Amino acid sequence: MAKQSYVSLGERLMLGIDKLLSNVLHSPPYRWSSGILRRIGLSGRTLVIAVPWIWLLLFFLIPFIIVLKISFAETRWLGTPPYSPLFEWVNNQYLQVKFNLGNYLFLLQDSLYLKAFLSSLKVAGVSTVFCLLLGYPMAYGIARANAKWRNTLLLLIILPFWTSFLLRVYAWMGLLGNNGLINQILQGVGLVNEPVTMLNTDFAMYIGIVYSYLPFMILPLYSNLEKHDLTLLEAAVDLGCKPFKAFLAITLPLSVPGIIAGSMLVFIPAVGEFVIPRLLGGTDSLMIGRVLWDEYFLNRNWPIASAVAIALLILLVIPIMIFQRYQMQEAGGLARR
Amino acid sequence: MNNRSYFLLTALVLGFAFLYVPILSMVVYSFNESRLVTVWGGFSVKWYGELFENRQMLQAAWLSLRIATVTATGAVIIGTLAGLVLARFGKFRTRTIFAGMVTAPLVMPEVITGLSLLLLFVALAPWPFVPDSRGFSTITIAHITLTMSYVTVVVQSRLSTMDDSLEEAAMDLGARPTKVFLLITLPIIAPAMISGWLLAFTLSLDDLVIASFTSGPSTNTLPMMIFSTVRRGVTPQINALATIMVAIVTVFVIIAGITMSRQERRRQMDMRLAAAAGKHQ
Repeated sequence: MAKQSYVSLGERLMLGIDKLLSNVLHSPPYRWSSGILRRIGLSGRTLVIAVPWIWLLLFFLIPFIIVLKISFAETRWLGTPPYSPLFEWVNNQYLQVKFNLGNYLFLLQDSLYLKAFLSSLKVAGVSTVFCLLLGYPMAYGIARANAKWRNTLLLLIILPFWTSFLLRVYAWMGLLGNNGLINQILQGVGLVNEPVTMLNTDFAMYIGIVYSYLPFMILPLYSNLEKHDLTLLEAAVDLGCKPFKAFLAITLPLSVPGIIAGSMLVFIPAVGEFVIPRLLGGTDSLMIGRVLWDEYFLNRNWPIASAVAIALLILLVIPIMIFQRYQMQEAGGLARR
Repeated sequence: MNNRSYFLLTALVLGFAFLYVPILSMVVYSFNESRLVTVWGGFSVKWYGELFENRQMLQAAWLSLRIATVTATGAVIIGTLAGLVLARFGKFRTRTIFAGMVTAPLVMPEVITGLSLLLLFVALAPWPFVPDSRGFSTITIAHITLTMSYVTVVVQSRLSTMDDSLEEAAMDLGARPTKVFLLITLPIIAPAMISGWLLAFTLSLDDLVIASFTSGPSTNTLPMMIFSTVRRGVTPQINALATIMVAIVTVFVIIAGITMSRQERRRQMDMRLAAAAGKHQ
């Protein structure tokens, strides 16, 4: 009986909304305004497209063009803003265009930037491999787990993602410090006499990145592995294939899209990572995100910071495009089903 | 149990230990009497007391909560429209560039997004109707831009798993597009919008890099406060703060999990009843 009343309450609510809606849609102000919009050639459809379009134009595309512009400007240490204008009217007659490639040449000449780019790629690459080695068996284990447990396990993967990223990185500062938990255990067991320096090293930085980005690897892998047709594996085993060989021949190739998606989701943000190298890495850890940050906040050199940003983006264009293609394929696959 | 199952089980146990030991250790040491975070000196809640007397931290938390609320609401409105456009509007002239712009912030390094928005706000500062000091409004705009992509992806994938036959039927029966959207599409995507709102809220509450770029000198969000405290080393107050956040999130996730599994069970029961009724006819 209780269920009956719940449904009718929902129905009553819908009828109420319907009535309210038809009152609004037939009210003179709505009809007039939609009539005016239609007369100047704007349909509701255009308006719905326009709102997110204009937002993205204003706050995504234009800022990007401004960064591009400033990366070609000269630094003016004492000016506000601290860079030279790209276009200038000379005697109100000629439009002078100063296209300065100096910032990019500087990035190539000063070995600091090249090293930072290379070491960012290395750190991101190595972290991605470790995320894959740790994440693949986990995603596989969850996908093949008892259906009763699967959602709980998945929830446990997502749960850390909802707690603060910054605080999770901070947690490792407590674990890895000289009198942190790990060193206490190592000394308690008697494996080492002196505390092992782990905080502010590359080791700590790798742990932090793998730890923070592991869920991004596991989730796309899981959603791929979960869709596999298990009868293929059964058929292979029935025909005498060893389970591990069947995994190599069937599961692994089928999961390549998941591996690509997960790897890109780890690799791309890890290249530009700032917080983890700053809190866990050593003072000499050169990550390009950190260089950009220092260039802006410490040196106040806006053109160089912009040039670093553009160079970083060029570096990431290929991985980003791979990821987007994968995203569209997935979306297309969903739509076809 | 064969070798493979043992291997997968070990991987799962180790993996989950890796994910949860740091969080648990942070929680445990928040109740530590000793100032040295890593040496156990007895049970105490004094760091919680100190946290609640830290006015700067409380102000920063309040600012972050306000920014996150406005951000999540704005991101859901704009992100839902974008998701609707991508899933239901078919082809239009600028679709490719639109789709690219929507998904780009998902993978763009935060330092680039932060820098580009900051340079925009600096360039816009002399214009009329633009707030001349950076703070609440600029951080919120930046966060909406970042988080609307997440809402779009969630809403779009929800819409593409649902075919549009219901909407078409309503149109055929003479309902206007606005009415179809409000009475049919909106109830379908409501769960996606709610999870999008929560996602945007969490991302905004958690963001350090973009907020640091787009805030003015006198504005401090909670992550910025945490970062400047933590940079000087480990302090028990931060452990207390982390414990509170973990507790809130855990309670929310458990409630959400229970509600979802209940709905799922009810839907399955309804379907079984419907199937049984169908057979009797």
